[in-house]
Amino acid sequence: MAFTFAAFCYMLALLLTAALIFFAIWHIIAFDELKTDYKNPIDQCNTLNPLVLPEYLIHVFFCVMFLCATEWLTLGLNMPLLAYHVWRYMSRPVMSGPGLYDPTTIMNADILAYCQKEGWCKLAFYLLSFFYYLYGMIYVLVSS
Amino acid sequence: MSTAGFNSQNGAGGQPFANGPSQNAAMMYPPGPSHSMMAQPPYSNPMPGKPPLPAGPGLYNPGSYQMAPPISSYQGPGHTVLTRPPMGPPQLASSGPPSQNSTPPPMSTGSFHTGAQHPMQPAWLCNAPPAVSTPPGSAPLGNHVAPPPSSVPNQHPVPGYPVRPPPVLHSASTQPPGPLVPPVSSSSYSSSGSAPLPMNPVSSHHYPPGRSGYNPAPPVAAGPLTSMRPTPPPTGPGGDAPPLVAPMHQQEGTGHGPSAGDGPHVSNSFDHLEAGAKTAAGPTPPQPGMIGRPMGHSYPSLPPGYQKMGIPPSASPLQSPKPPYNAAHQPYQQPLAGPVQLTPSMAGLSLQSQTPEALRVVNLLQERNILPHGAVPPPTPCLPQDLQKFNCSPEVFRCTLTSIPQTQSLLNKAKLPLGLLLHPFKDLSQLPVVTSSTIVRCRTCRTYINPFVTFLDQKRWKCNLCYRVNDVPEEFMYNPVTRSYGEPHKRPEVQSPTIEFIAPSEYMLRPPQPAVYLFVLDVSHNAVETGYLDVVCQSLLDNLNSLPGDARTKIGFITFDSTIHFYNLQEGLSQPQMLVVSDIEDIFIPTPDSLLVNLSECKELVQDLLKALPQMFNKTMETHSALGPALQAAYKLLSPTGGRASVFQTQLPTLGAGALKSREDPNQRASAKDIQHLTPATDFYKKLALDCSGQQVAVDLFLLSGQYCDLASLGCISRFSAGSVYYYPSYHHQHNPSQVERFQKDLKRYLTRKIGFEAVMRIRCTKGLSIHTFHGNFFVRSTDLLSLPNVNPDAGFAVQMSIEENLLDMQMVSFQAALLYTSSKGERRIRVHTMCLPVVNSLSDIFAGADVQAITGLLASMAVDRSVTASLCDARDALTNAVIDSLATYRSSVLTIQQAGLLAPSCLRLFPLYILALLKQKAFRTGTSTRLDDRVFAMYQLKYQPLSYLMPMIHPVLYRVDDLTDEGALNINDRTIPQPRVLQLSVEKLSREGAFLMDAGLVIFLWIGRNCSSSFLSQVLGVPNYSAVPQNMTRLPELDTAESVRFRAFIGWLREQRPFYPVLHVIREESQLKPSFMQNMIEDRTESALSYYEFLLHLQQQISK
Repeated sequence: MAFTFAAFCYMLALLLTAALIFFAIWHIIAFDELKTDYKNPIDQCNTLNPLVLPEYLIHVFFCVMFLCATEWLTLGLNMPLLAYHVWRYMSRPVMSGPGLYDPTTIMNADILAYCQKEGWCKLAFYLLSFFYYLYGMIYVLVSS
Repeated sequence: MSTAGFNSQNGAGGQPFANGPSQNAAMMYPPGPSHSMMAQPPYSNPMPGKPPLPAGPGLYNPGSYQMAPPISSYQGPGHTVLTRPPMGPPQLASSGPPSQNSTPPPMSTGSFHTGAQHPMQPAWLCNAPPAVSTPPGSAPLGNHVAPPPSSVPNQHPVPGYPVRPPPVLHSASTQPPGPLVPPVSSSSYSSSGSAPLPMNPVSSHHYPPGRSGYNPAPPVAAGPLTSMRPTPPPTGPGGDAPPLVAPMHQQEGTGHGPSAGDGPHVSNSFDHLEAGAKTAAGPTPPQPGMIGRPMGHSYPSLPPGYQKMGIPPSASPLQSPKPPYNAAHQPYQQPLAGPVQLTPSMAGLSLQSQTPEALRVVNLLQERNILPHGAVPPPTPCLPQDLQKFNCSPEVFRCTLTSIPQTQSLLNKAKLPLGLLLHPFKDLSQLPVVTSSTIVRCRTCRTYINPFVTFLDQKRWKCNLCYRVNDVPEEFMYNPVTRSYGEPHKRPEVQSPTIEFIAPSEYMLRPPQPAVYLFVLDVSHNAVETGYLDVVCQSLLDNLNSLPGDARTKIGFITFDSTIHFYNLQEGLSQPQMLVVSDIEDIFIPTPDSLLVNLSECKELVQDLLKALPQMFNKTMETHSALGPALQAAYKLLSPTGGRASVFQTQLPTLGAGALKSREDPNQRASAKDIQHLTPATDFYKKLALDCSGQQVAVDLFLLSGQYCDLASLGCISRFSAGSVYYYPSYHHQHNPSQVERFQKDLKRYLTRKIGFEAVMRIRCTKGLSIHTFHGNFFVRSTDLLSLPNVNPDAGFAVQMSIEENLLDMQMVSFQAALLYTSSKGERRIRVHTMCLPVVNSLSDIFAGADVQAITGLLASMAVDRSVTASLCDARDALTNAVIDSLATYRSSVLTIQQAGLLAPSCLRLFPLYILALLKQKAFRTGTSTRLDDRVFAMYQLKYQPLSYLMPMIHPVLYRVDDLTDEGALNINDRTIPQPRVLQLSVEKLSREGAFLMDAGLVIFLWIGRNCSSSFLSQVLGVPNYSAVPQNMTRLPELDTAESVRFRAFIGWLREQRPFYPVLHVIREESQLKPSFMQNMIEDRTESALSYYEFLLHLQQQISK
């Protein structure tokens, strides 16, 4: 049993995924608030937009870590989300600041529903990957 | 129209009579804190205070702006601007100060008192289309909007024809002449359109405050408080909101309130209000002991055929005893008896004999003449007669499906879009206005009481949107119309689908703002070249007195080229002072207090400025345009109060924030596979618009330009601040006189039309329905709330709906649009429109209730969205697919007998034609050279124009006009308006012997055939023969011949129907404009687009796949 770089990656990913889970929950709550009229879309977008890039960067970061640790399977599992993030950010509306959400279109029922669904899907993905990383970490620690 | 007494409507002294019951109430109740608004202003003031502003000039950045001293120093070059590179001081001295030019020198004080001498003209007076005076005694208007009961004492006949924009009598800010109308103390009821004629004979009795005469026994003093007065309460917070007897209502209504005032944390305060009551919110089962209202407002049982599933077309709602199809003007023809032209194949089908007209099968490939002779009437909802008569006018509120499907899956199956088209602030000729201390609303969903609620008994009513049972407030028991007690169902709120409330102070978050107008004018070289400044200044001078507003109205001016110029118009100055700010990177307001001035106090200075302005920049060589900084300046200037900024721009902004680059490649216009650059290039304008929206500032954009201006980017400033966009391509004062005329007329309307400030609109609908998307110019604040810093009578909105929960046990659903706004007189008002529609469960009923024009309008809005988010090709495909899908569904699911051909129900027979027209419209056409700005503007029009104005822009209307007769003519105000037949838009309908008029919305073409009868040429056009018709003829001579009078009456009538001014172009066969005329020939084939017949064949092919 040795503390390898891969084990370190898994541990890091575990912590960061916990953070991402919070991000996802935050998104879900925010969009739910929008849907139930509690918040002004301008304020809501202003609070959500700065969080988009950090979330993506965190994800990219531990993907790179897994790449370095040559954990191909884990990397492969994360690739679809990585690609989705890239696509999502490429196709964002014209904005001067960072972020994805445009207060003028966010109230459109389709977009709102899409964002909500995205939030739930991500939450599920992060939760699953959280346990996967836990497993991965223990596996690496035990097997090595 | 008498405007006497208009003065009395504003100002604290305006209330000429004591409000009887209020006084009583005040006497009976000790004036608690809530009684006096001065003592306890009920609105918290969320308005951010003015930003800390520098106290004196010494604090300003000394290098970037210099205050030009008053008159005397205008003489010398003291007007230096240090950081204004291209213009040295001498130049500037010659361009800036008015007194140095050879221009009319500013008038000395005292010589220009026009404004001060005349009382302000009421805005609505000038809104009136020319020549529409309203003679008393014309036929009463049988309009849905009319306050129904004959017992209304002050109901006056209003002449007219429903389609025409209402004449002189406008609605909300239109108050009936104050002193003339009997101040029937608190309980006179009047529609705001009331002419002063049929005076209530009893009226004179009621001048004394004691009003106990006809309300002998009000059980509580609150009863009579509910007052319906013809005159509004005076402005100002201390005014006359009647001393409220009901302090517990303080919280009520804030569901609208907070939204209006734009606090960022909007919470619907009814949520906490209703904390305990939520349990009762759900739909309550029908009460066994339900007492039907005498008016028959209880939910009537629908004809049995309605409840069956999958009824064949034969068992359609029209079997109901009172077929609604013949209720309105829609010609409902009994298929057996009427002269319906059944297609040959249909004639023998016995089943069809019972089909309603709307479902009559039309084989589009065989029937050529599908256009009705006149205007296409909107379908009438299939409601029982006694409900239908209360339904909202289709001009105001229209639904794409007048029969709402029961479930979303049924709606999906029908493949027709479900949505509403609204024209909420339309000028109405008759509008009941209610002043009441409590506005009766549902306690759960905040719906306003409306004609479609159910009264369970005298004390309780059931909301028609959420089905909660509410109490009828005591004061609602008193009916001011009949002056009787105990008849809540006869109150005007329950009798009129469109009603306006004068809102008490709970609906304000801050004191109602004054009318504030800021004009932001481009004065760069390019702008001066076009010569638009003359027109703007002259129009403003002419209409300065008719700007809607009261004594608090403020006005200000900003001009800009590469620098921003402010104008100090403070009282006491002898001349306007120009202040130049050249630091466009970080714009600031030089003297915040004196740039927006009170119009009535500083009228002379404003007039001086307007006279001098056109010449001030005559010699400018500045070609740059710093629009972005100018808009930022306008925002900063207006943000303490809110208001309207009118921006006139003539070129692409090139400097400072928001600078844009040309994105259009003219060579690609026709050939490009897909249209690029429909999205904004920068989000600067959008962000600024959102900031403006937050501060209740709306920006209206006038784009007068020869070249590409990137309207897609610039337009955002108006789109999200609820402004309007006007576009005059190739505007030039000499080269393009028709545009100048249009600009003048539009400007006059723009300046004088009614305006509502700090408005919000909420659209509520019956539980189960939900709003999907909004279309129009606004900012969506929450799922059902639109923030509209300004609302104007020419703005239309569209709403896509979806069905979230099945409407299984409902027979009808209702929609309510409530527009809360501050009138230009400083009153908070709520205009409420309610529409009720039946719920059906079969596809055939859905098809029978389809409103083809509304569907087209909604699809157009959706297609605009699609072309911006996806691509134009996508949008075009989606439009085509919409027809294919719906007709395919009709064929497979509704028709019982299959036959060949392209079959459509009669109510949708125009659907393919309209969609083809949309595909050939400027917004969506491909293959034809269309300038990007033209296209984007057309898209804005599709989203912004109300449906009735939009239809001719989509599908122009063609008439033959050389043989106009009085046969079947309308008679409006002693003018005879001939009604020629509507012709198909095909060249085959043109003949060389005739003259044809094409009404295309924004423009009217008169096409003269080569062999047109010489009598028409001489009697109408005033030319001897065809060759003498001038090339660019835009005006008709006023000849004294019957033909000319008739023809001009017809054109005048067409123009009156819309708020903008279509220019008439007379076209000969070899005219320059002939291509644009021919492009509107929608049924014909062009090199890049299908003909109507080919399009039908294409549809048929797709459907039968």
